Amino acid sequence: MSFIVQRLVKMVVVLLAIVVLNFFLIRAAPGDPALVMAGEAGASDEIFVAQLRERFGLDQPLPVQLALYVKGIATLDLGFSFRQQMPVADLIFSRLPATLLLTLSAFAISLALGVLFGSLAARRAGSWSDTLITVVALVFYATPLFWVALMAVLVFSVTMGWLPAFGYETVGAGLTGVARLSDIAQHLVLPATTLGLFFMATYARMTRASMLQVSRLDFVKTARAKGLGEGVIQRRHVLRNALLPVVTLAGLQAGTLVGGAVLTETVFAWPGIGRLMYEALLQRDYNLLLGIFVVSSAMVLIFNLVTDLIYRLVDPRIEIKA
Amino acid sequence: MAEPVVSIRDLTLDLPLGGDRVHAVDGVSFDLMPGRILCVVGESGSGKSMCAHALMGLLPSAIKVMGGEIRFDGRDLLKQDAAAWADLRGRRIAMIFQEPMTALNPLMRIGDQIAEMFEAHGLLTPAERRARALALAAEVGLPDPERIIRAYPHQLSGGQRQRAMIAMALALEPAVLVADEPTTALDVTTQAQILRLIAELQVRRNMAVMFITHDFGVVSRIADEVVVLQHGRVVEQGAADAVLTRPTHPYTQALLAAVPSLEPPPRMPLPAENPAVEVTGLSKTYVSSAGWFRPKRRVAAARDVAFAIRRGETLGLVGESGSGKSSIARLLVRLIEPDAGAIRVGGSDFAACTGPALRMARQRIQMVFQDPFASLNPRRKVGRIIADGPVAHGVAPDAALARARDLLQLVGLDAGAIDRFPHEFSGGQRQRIGIARALALEPEVLVADEPVSALDVSVQAQVLRLLEDLKARLGLSMLFITHDLRVAAQICDRIAVMRKGEIVELKTAAELFARPEHPYTRELLAAVPSGEAA
Amino acid sequence: MKTFWRNLLRNRGAALGLVVLAVVLVVAIAGPMLFPNSPWRMVQRPFLPPMTVPGFLLGTDALGRDVTAGLIHGARVSLIVGLVSTLAALAIGVPIGAMAGYFGGRADDALMRFTEFFQTIPSFALAIVLVAILQPSIYSIVGAIAIVSWPPVARLVRGEVLSLRAQEYVQAAIVTGHGHGWIIWREILPNTLSPVIVLASLMVATAILLESSLSFLGLGDPNLMSWGYMVGAGRTVMRQAWWITVFPGFAILLTVLALNLIGEGLNDALNPRLARER
Repeated sequence: MSFIVQRLVKMVVVLLAIVVLNFFLIRAAPGDPALVMAGEAGASDEIFVAQLRERFGLDQPLPVQLALYVKGIATLDLGFSFRQQMPVADLIFSRLPATLLLTLSAFAISLALGVLFGSLAARRAGSWSDTLITVVALVFYATPLFWVALMAVLVFSVTMGWLPAFGYETVGAGLTGVARLSDIAQHLVLPATTLGLFFMATYARMTRASMLQVSRLDFVKTARAKGLGEGVIQRRHVLRNALLPVVTLAGLQAGTLVGGAVLTETVFAWPGIGRLMYEALLQRDYNLLLGIFVVSSAMVLIFNLVTDLIYRLVDPRIEIKA
Repeated sequence: MAEPVVSIRDLTLDLPLGGDRVHAVDGVSFDLMPGRILCVVGESGSGKSMCAHALMGLLPSAIKVMGGEIRFDGRDLLKQDAAAWADLRGRRIAMIFQEPMTALNPLMRIGDQIAEMFEAHGLLTPAERRARALALAAEVGLPDPERIIRAYPHQLSGGQRQRAMIAMALALEPAVLVADEPTTALDVTTQAQILRLIAELQVRRNMAVMFITHDFGVVSRIADEVVVLQHGRVVEQGAADAVLTRPTHPYTQALLAAVPSLEPPPRMPLPAENPAVEVTGLSKTYVSSAGWFRPKRRVAAARDVAFAIRRGETLGLVGESGSGKSSIARLLVRLIEPDAGAIRVGGSDFAACTGPALRMARQRIQMVFQDPFASLNPRRKVGRIIADGPVAHGVAPDAALARARDLLQLVGLDAGAIDRFPHEFSGGQRQRIGIARALALEPEVLVADEPVSALDVSVQAQVLRLLEDLKARLGLSMLFITHDLRVAAQICDRIAVMRKGEIVELKTAAELFARPEHPYTRELLAAVPSGEAA
Repeated sequence: MKTFWRNLLRNRGAALGLVVLAVVLVVAIAGPMLFPNSPWRMVQRPFLPPMTVPGFLLGTDALGRDVTAGLIHGARVSLIVGLVSTLAALAIGVPIGAMAGYFGGRADDALMRFTEFFQTIPSFALAIVLVAILQPSIYSIVGAIAIVSWPPVARLVRGEVLSLRAQEYVQAAIVTGHGHGWIIWREILPNTLSPVIVLASLMVATAILLESSLSFLGLGDPNLMSWGYMVGAGRTVMRQAWWITVFPGFAILLTVLALNLIGEGLNDALNPRLARER
């Protein structure tokens, strides 16, 4: 239990540090923040700028500003987006479910298929199927995500017409219930698969390498000496041990997954926070941009916590080491 | 005479191309008899482990079987398929390994790993398997078996892990047990217990045992028959007493002669006044933080340790792993910082030096390390490795290199070695280079931390002789750390026995072996395998 | 050294990677001499498909700019960004990792917390924010990529140094009386070289991917033609003119793949013990 408390404390500290970093990044943005905000609001008259200054504490000394900013974030107040005329927090939270759906499905697909292909390749190391899996993984590992997304659209939507090319659901179709779910699922296939491909390649490579390494360890020889069947040896002794570094990698990859979501959502017009980030970028909406940055960092932290917990569940040695 | 259980005939195994020889094992023949222990003895690279793996059908894929047969249960094992092997392994032939930590799956409970034995051969129900695992754990003498079978490997001690491995191997009452150096990684007292256990079980179950070892002490303790291997060939075989007392082959004779005797040679007493090193009140406790909310773990590596090394003396420091003997060595050369205590070397307190003064003072006390492969920087030439020290202390580089040549000759190597890299040398040669490096600074005191424990027994003797000789010629004083009481008996004037960070007994070597006082010293001496059948 | 090259070239993947990389290098260095005109200039009618008009092998884009010229000028940007940002990341990561690993204790704790912090932040999001705030330019792009990619270097170097520091030859150097600087520089760092070289070659690949992703989102240096920008610009007209997006994307894929292959080959050649066992 104390471990979870410890990790939560650590997480809050890291999040606080990110918020502070964020604060200084806002200050590093070109121009007077008040003028920038006023410009965004479409007015540049002096009184309005002064009001803004007061409202956001910009006339206060820097530490006070920082305290105000941290306090704001602690109460989930991420500021106001003048471009979209909405509080940043509302904008982000309305887009969050779509992103979670996309990233979690991509994660599930990539982990399941990656481990499957990786272990297949490891068990047949040196065979043609191993070579095929290794080469395909290598290629997807090297392909720019946004380009794969575009090619998928080109092939599967434009040319073949199998799947919808963009959006979250068919606009104006007025679908409900199961029909709506299946509509969303159809829209999800392309973005989730493209986002998953890179990670699938990563997990497949990792699983393969890790399994080959574990299969050289002594306890695998012990398992053979027991007269266990090859299938049991691979599953129970090799794969289980080989998955530990894969879990660690999955934790480390969380940040990359969020980054990938920005590109994927941009290409597929998927209405998540990644797409929102792109929109903020186009409009130079720094408040929104940095709000998304804080929220996505928090998401990554939570994901890291979960993978850490899972790691502790699978590896009994961690108790001693911690 | 009973029928042999296993009969190996003309076994020949090939190494992959480009190795140092063609055959890993060349025309080896021997029999395993029920209820008897056969020891296969040899130095590293003799092919002894390959024989064991061939009998289990677990040879690495790079090793090819070129000829011969292994007869067991009326068939030739070398000709059977994978399914037949899987059926045989564990049920009829079982194996235990050298490293019990890595031989157990770290993610599985001990009980499950024992029960897996039955599962592998489709025997018993899960509940019965658990009951048998418990019974087996008790039989091999694991304490609190109920708790142990629920534990993970990392929660057990080395000896307990090896017992668990043995429990596993015995589960299906195999006819043959293959033991590949099963006690090498263990402390002497634990080693003695495990050897006793294997001998006991072997009689009770009437098993044939093939026991691989490099240690003649172990051979004399348990072997009924002995096979001596050199470069993959059998050079001598026969009944244990015959081979141990009347070896006929020169190689066996050399090996046996190289085993140090437990009887210390007579030595002149040295004057106690004005010692080279005087250590007082030396203490060191390791504190490991287990996280923010857990109590810290404390391990005392040294508790108020005091001793003196007389001029010209070799003081031995013996003890088992974790006794703190290596920590003392590292404290003495200031590789780790003491919590308290003084180390007086030639009148000044070495423990109190700091900064540049410490770096200068280091010259007086040098160290020879354990691992000949890890103690030399692989990217530096031997000449530089030796000359670096003097250069750091202000000697001109050319003069230092010239001196390095002399030193290499002094330790019995060719002076031309200065232009070569460490990987071009054998283990024993590297250890000589390490000694030359330590001598380059012309120290008064040499600290040798297990300097021969990584070497084969024949090389061991040469390096010990070199150290002895150099000490006398250069008037050095030496602290010699070892876990091997035989080595200590041969080289030390006085010996200190350590346990849990404390010196429990310190007296002359002759006294210590003749009249050990402390119960722990007695236990240690009793555990030493008795050696050349003396 | 000779055996190193022999080992490297015996690896078919690495040999192929080296050939591809050599071609990209030649193009990046010599290409702009063959196509001295700015790749931004409109030279033909828009949407010219590949291989229809001589001299325009890969066609033109929506504004009538030569795709071939863009590709060739883009190669230079990709390689420079990849190389410089990797060097910068090494310059941050190696000292931090070496100090953490060598001095241990509090210094290690503090430096590793710092590193972990940068590793938890979603790297691409941070890069976007940094480039957006500092205004897109080749300097801000290189800087942002370096800032998000140094943590793995620090962790790797720390791990290596930590294990090397416990090696007996390093302890021997301490006992001999050498100073910290000498020990780190002469005894430790040279022995961390192989894994760092392998990591660096993979980092160049990742940096090229990052740069192209930033340019794709419109965060490229507005004065430099880059592959990512070309894909991004061609995106909206993909239905009419597939070639505008397909070729530059393929160029990125080939370059990154080549670097990854070389990285793996280096790994096998520099750590031969692991490589030959399958």
